[in-house]
Amino acid sequence: MTIRTDALPTQEMTINMGPQHPSTHGVLRVILTTDGEVVTRAVPDMGYLHRGLEKIGERVTYAQYMPFTDRLDYLAAMNCNCAWAWTVEKLAKIEVPARAEYLRVIVCELNRISSHLIAFGSYTADMGAFTPFLYAIRERERVNDLFEMLCGNRLTYNYARVGGVSGDAPPGFLEKTKEFLDYFEPKLDEYNNLISYNKIFVHRLANVAVIPAEEAVAYGLTGPNLRGSGVPFDLRKDEPYSVYPKFDFKVCVGTGERGTLGDCFDRYMVRINEMRESVKIVRQAVAQIPDGPVRAKVPRLFKPPVGEAYFRSECPRGETGIYLISDGTVNPLRLKIRTGSFVTMNIFEKVTRGLMIADVVAVIGSFDIILPEIDR
Amino acid sequence: MEAQVLFDTLKGKFGDAVVELQGEGCSPAFVVVAPASVQEIARFLRDDPALSFDSLMCLSGVDYKEKFAVAYHLHSMKHRHAIGMKAFLPRETPSLPTVDDVWPAANFHEREAFDLFGIVFEGSKDLRRILLPEDWEGHPLRKDYKYPDFYHGIKV
Repeated sequence: MTIRTDALPTQEMTINMGPQHPSTHGVLRVILTTDGEVVTRAVPDMGYLHRGLEKIGERVTYAQYMPFTDRLDYLAAMNCNCAWAWTVEKLAKIEVPARAEYLRVIVCELNRISSHLIAFGSYTADMGAFTPFLYAIRERERVNDLFEMLCGNRLTYNYARVGGVSGDAPPGFLEKTKEFLDYFEPKLDEYNNLISYNKIFVHRLANVAVIPAEEAVAYGLTGPNLRGSGVPFDLRKDEPYSVYPKFDFKVCVGTGERGTLGDCFDRYMVRINEMRESVKIVRQAVAQIPDGPVRAKVPRLFKPPVGEAYFRSECPRGETGIYLISDGTVNPLRLKIRTGSFVTMNIFEKVTRGLMIADVVAVIGSFDIILPEIDR
Repeated sequence: MEAQVLFDTLKGKFGDAVVELQGEGCSPAFVVVAPASVQEIARFLRDDPALSFDSLMCLSGVDYKEKFAVAYHLHSMKHRHAIGMKAFLPRETPSLPTVDDVWPAANFHEREAFDLFGIVFEGSKDLRRILLPEDWEGHPLRKDYKYPDFYHGIKV
């Protein structure tokens, strides 16, 4: 038998991950260049879901655009609805009744819980544990029931309006919300016992794709992805809008408790902890909500003054900033929507270099991206 | 920091490259700069300790019908202040230097502005279409964009 002394030649291989792939959370295509199992380059290719939402915005009125914001991030449609309403109100300087703002905060935080539940559930499913996903869906169903009671819809709510919300909470809604919170809060401990500190799960996440704080800021990461790197920046606290200053809650940051600060586990844990804070906010909002009207008088075909406004709010997937330019007519001259997921994808190529293919799945899940928000 | 103070600082440092302060009706206010000096000014905005605009919130192309513009929304994590910066470009040759080595976050936004407006960011490390297919014709967010009837024989 002869023993080969020359090294076995290796060859780089290019693999398409997606656009139809269960772990890419939608129609994301990643072009992987691999050396064996190691990823040397992962280039994201987006746009499969591009619907031209910004172009559409230039052809419809300010009020008509509301249903389109539902389709920006369908897992957090309430947050997108409100982001649009707040932007137009900032541009046109419209005063919103207090009750409407409280209702908006309640629905935004409930939607944050349901969105983080999907993030948590699908992430664990990506990592090979299917049961937590069913738990998450079970809880999310109750949030959907609440929203259905409020506005009749379960996914695309179209609830906010420029100047308020579409309707007051029906009788029993606030009580049902409280019931849900009492039911949901202990579930978070259940999740932690079930999966968060599971040894295999932690091993898949800890020390993977570490993003240092300065890099996270330079790449424009926002929301849980930024806070996972230990930067305590939350628009609800740092650039307070609506009635958020009235509530007591904590900004959750990554601590590197199971690995390095800024790894996938930290980003995952920030979301779990944020759900608890959202519960706290909703509890306070339900207790404090004042009576009164829920909608300011805004003409249906209203023309905001000529001007430009940039408003950003804390959505579950980071900051959703809307840059809106009005030329004084009934249609916007230009609107640009900067979404958390879109900006997050910018750092993807950098952090995945040198990882295993299975870790790329862990990175996508830890960013909690959603494709309609990226492609718009 | 007040927009006016910041404008005066920039004006003192860069002279004619800083054109005007567009404050009325704008929130945040915009410092209008000459497109050729965008990169230089951006680096100063980031590195000056009193300003330290370390995060680029948003970068948008705009079609004002008679001209294009690129609008930058900046924020400082350290000082917690924000400002806008804007550069107007002629319709015929919309191009200006990239800022992706100042703020890495700019890359995807610049690719988007290139894709949808055809604005060229000189020196960009990766300027390709991002949302539309690579063989798409035209730049849809331009006001004079003509909608195509077919794409590869498929009715649009």
